Amino acid sequence: MTKLLILLVIVLGVLAIAQLARVYELTSRLRGKREEDISPADNRMNARLMWVFMIAYFAFFLWLVVAYGDKMLPVSASAHGVDTDWLLNFNWIILLIAFVLTNVLLFVFAAKYVYSKDRRAFWQPHNNKLELIWTVIPAAVLAVIIIYGLTTWNRITSPSSPDAVVVELYAKQFDWTARYPGADGQLGATDFRLINGTNPLGIVTRESVAERLAEMDTEIAELKETLANAVLPDAKRDELTDRTERLERHKARILNLKTVMEMDIESNGAASLYLAGGDDVVVKEFVLPLRQEAKILIRSRDVIHSAYIPHMRSQMNAVPGLTTQMKMTPIISTDSMRTHVMKDEAFDFILLCNKICGASHYNMQMPLTVVTAGEYDAWYTEAMKKPFTAPAVTEEEEAAPTTEGEAEENNASPTEVAEVGNATN
Amino acid sequence: MGAHTTADAGHHAHHHEESFVSKWVFSQDHKMIGKQFLVTAIFMAWVAVIMSLIFRLQLAWPGEGFAFTNFFLGDKWAPGGVLDPNMYLALVTIHGTIMVFFVLTGGLSGTFANLLIPLQIGARDMASGFINMLSYWFFFLSSMVMLASLFVEGGPASSGWTVYPPLSALPQTIPGSGAGMTLWLVSMTLFIASSLMGGLNYVATILNLRTKGMKMTRLPLTMWAIFVTAVLGILSFPVLLSAALLLLMDRTMGTSFYLSDIYVAGEALDHVGGSPILFQHLFWFLGHPEVYIVLLPALGITSEIISTNSRKPIFGYRAMIGSILAIGFLSFIVWGHHMFITGMNPFLGSVFVATTLLIAIPSAVKVFNYITTLWRGNIIFTPAMLFSIGLVATFIAGGLTGIILADSALDINVHDTYFVVAHFHIVMGMSAIFGMFAGIYHWFPKMYGRMMNTKLAYAHFWITFVCAFGVFFPMHFIGLAGAPRRYYSYTEFTMFDGVLDLNVLVTVFAIIGALAQVLFTYNFFYSIWRGPKAVQNPWRSNTLEWTTPVEHLHGNWPGPLPVVHRWAYDYSKPGKEEDFVPQTVPLEEGEEEH
Repeated sequence: MTKLLILLVIVLGVLAIAQLARVYELTSRLRGKREEDISPADNRMNARLMWVFMIAYFAFFLWLVVAYGDKMLPVSASAHGVDTDWLLNFNWIILLIAFVLTNVLLFVFAAKYVYSKDRRAFWQPHNNKLELIWTVIPAAVLAVIIIYGLTTWNRITSPSSPDAVVVELYAKQFDWTARYPGADGQLGATDFRLINGTNPLGIVTRESVAERLAEMDTEIAELKETLANAVLPDAKRDELTDRTERLERHKARILNLKTVMEMDIESNGAASLYLAGGDDVVVKEFVLPLRQEAKILIRSRDVIHSAYIPHMRSQMNAVPGLTTQMKMTPIISTDSMRTHVMKDEAFDFILLCNKICGASHYNMQMPLTVVTAGEYDAWYTEAMKKPFTAPAVTEEEEAAPTTEGEAEENNASPTEVAEVGNATN
Repeated sequence: MGAHTTADAGHHAHHHEESFVSKWVFSQDHKMIGKQFLVTAIFMAWVAVIMSLIFRLQLAWPGEGFAFTNFFLGDKWAPGGVLDPNMYLALVTIHGTIMVFFVLTGGLSGTFANLLIPLQIGARDMASGFINMLSYWFFFLSSMVMLASLFVEGGPASSGWTVYPPLSALPQTIPGSGAGMTLWLVSMTLFIASSLMGGLNYVATILNLRTKGMKMTRLPLTMWAIFVTAVLGILSFPVLLSAALLLLMDRTMGTSFYLSDIYVAGEALDHVGGSPILFQHLFWFLGHPEVYIVLLPALGITSEIISTNSRKPIFGYRAMIGSILAIGFLSFIVWGHHMFITGMNPFLGSVFVATTLLIAIPSAVKVFNYITTLWRGNIIFTPAMLFSIGLVATFIAGGLTGIILADSALDINVHDTYFVVAHFHIVMGMSAIFGMFAGIYHWFPKMYGRMMNTKLAYAHFWITFVCAFGVFFPMHFIGLAGAPRRYYSYTEFTMFDGVLDLNVLVTVFAIIGALAQVLFTYNFFYSIWRGPKAVQNPWRSNTLEWTTPVEHLHGNWPGPLPVVHRWAYDYSKPGKEEDFVPQTVPLEEGEEEH
């Protein structure tokens, strides 16, 4: 019924417009007026509307600034963000001058030089001096913008200092996991083929390799048995055969990895990254110490995500198959944000996903807690000590072989278990 | 000088009676092909507008049910009128794809390049009428495939109009990456073929078929803009084609161009060694020139209209050509500014910062030249003129925020936020669509021999103009608050609460703005059949197309082709009685060209 009514209203609206237009046309035909002759009244009306629009345009802009200025991001909570904000403000000043100047000229000229029969337009095909001036001025201003921008950019992207706190952010549909190095200060090597219920990041250790190989052997054996004994439709049989073959391929690759690992351990001894993973701290918490540079490594398991922390003016994509990184130095702790800056006890820095990644993209978040160095050390010591508890086999693992797509969503919401240590502790 | 066929007086002999099909369907007449492009684009634009209304409703009132949403999407994608998150992503994807490719590329270039090239350079038709016809029918087919993709199981492509893999490559990650994505790629392949056939034709025609006296330095700026646009398209679309084909292979043949180290849906995939970043390089190598493929024709059209209706020569004709060429050249070496935060080497980023910001110089020159053309002009506010002035305003507003996005250090914090959405909708979406409207109002008499209703056009312009800013201006603020784009809702956080009511404002403006397009659509179709008859040169313009008869004929000019003696911008030239001097009028003795 509502649909019908809406449809009716639209149809009537169109008819009304049509009739109005028709009446207008007939009357102008009666007056002998041609459509292409714009009457002085029309010209005047549009010229006036140009004035009105210009004023409304600037007023709208000012209203937005006044009403929403304080709803923008607050003062930067990271050191480089302070530079970025200066750069932004510097740019805004230049842009606002250009914005007001060009718009005023545009609308004022449009309104002022409205058609008159008694006047002839000024013949002026070009003016080289004028053109030179307004090529050189923007060029000079842009040179300043480029140089200022690039010096800031170079500072932000320069290599991080060797004693920076190292954290790895690991993205998957649709949550984040953080990994801190253990007592050795090194993040261990990883391989996506080792990912399973107990090793969500695929950390490579002798134990995790052995465990994954054993797991695959069991699975392959089971599959082979099913294929040999069960009566299956052809499609299912093909699927299981494919799966068996894939597992065997991956197994070969893992065996290969195992060889590489052993060779690396042999040549590098205790310094080998293949020995560094055993004590890594894998957590669902993202904590950083105040006033200490953090080197943040970013990886993804499935699609491209982007680690975006607006309050820190930090962002970097998480790309599968590639480790990206960014550095930042928090200068305001979560506590002082709560009490001094935002005056909101519930405030948290938030790590968002900012690259379209699927259905729950809009809710792929993790809070970031910035604490003082002392608090951080206490938290870190505590996190390292947390004994590993194997989570129950996730739905993901069970559902994996058959269903595509949906398995991931059910698994691991941000509120789920907190610390997941490593199997090999 | 191009080869020309002025002397073919026997041309009429070729005029035999045309059948319905060869006149209206598989027409090889450039004017008809232009109109076919336009009508298809208007239809596609409506599809994309309705999509935008559906997701705007969701953004303004997240989680609420709307009969409107349910009416279009049914119970599968909008149970109880509440938009499904996957469908939300599909809608933003297809909205972007249709607007960028089918409306602003196919619709804008396709319409005006086809309609205007032969008319403005004084040619009988395009270099190859047959290829030109194919270009339209590939475009049509591509549109149909894109529309068909809306109806497949799993929905249409949902990975954003930039279709970054692995999201676009793996159906396990999002349902839209199944059959919908395959159709998207097929449709784009057809589109690229259409675009290339069109582009080659435009370039060949402009270079070879100019009439006697039509030197390159006398070409109207619309022609220059379309010429450079066509060159950009020819050089960049093949790269998108290769990107699309490689993606198709990754999806269907198990190759690993873009995929590596992926664990999804509980399984490690076989792909090793590819890079998702490679796709982004290939995509944006087209993607950035594409922005100018969309924008340049609009700027060209505007140059023409502003000059005509200011009754004043376009200021700095050579500087305008220079800036078109500069923009065209620079557009090929800036693509990396879309990728500052992909993990690309920061030094490479700096190079792209410099090249990108350089584009601001020719752009600024264009704006200043438009404004100076208005200065001491004698301005007639035809609807086309209003839209052209509107274009300059949006080009200023959107161009300036581009400077912020081009600055990599600033881009870090606004990348992929609503600030970007605001920027490109204003500078590319609005400017190009205003250019397109301006072109339609200006050349409607040439297309259909009738006039559109001026009063309706005024209402259309002012409502659209206000709504354009009402919709996109507040988005800058939403973006500066840190709100990412392509979010189904912003209610999972408290940090955006302060700016959420702006989303309501935006949606209200969007609805009003969309309704204003009903005025246009009605005016357009009504005037085709019932509009008052047009005279030969309604805007008292100098260019050649207004020397052709109102009634179309195949071959454009009944007699020999016109001969050109001057540039297109002799408006209000001192010593002339009229305030315009058509290009066909010979120079008087002692008269300087300009």
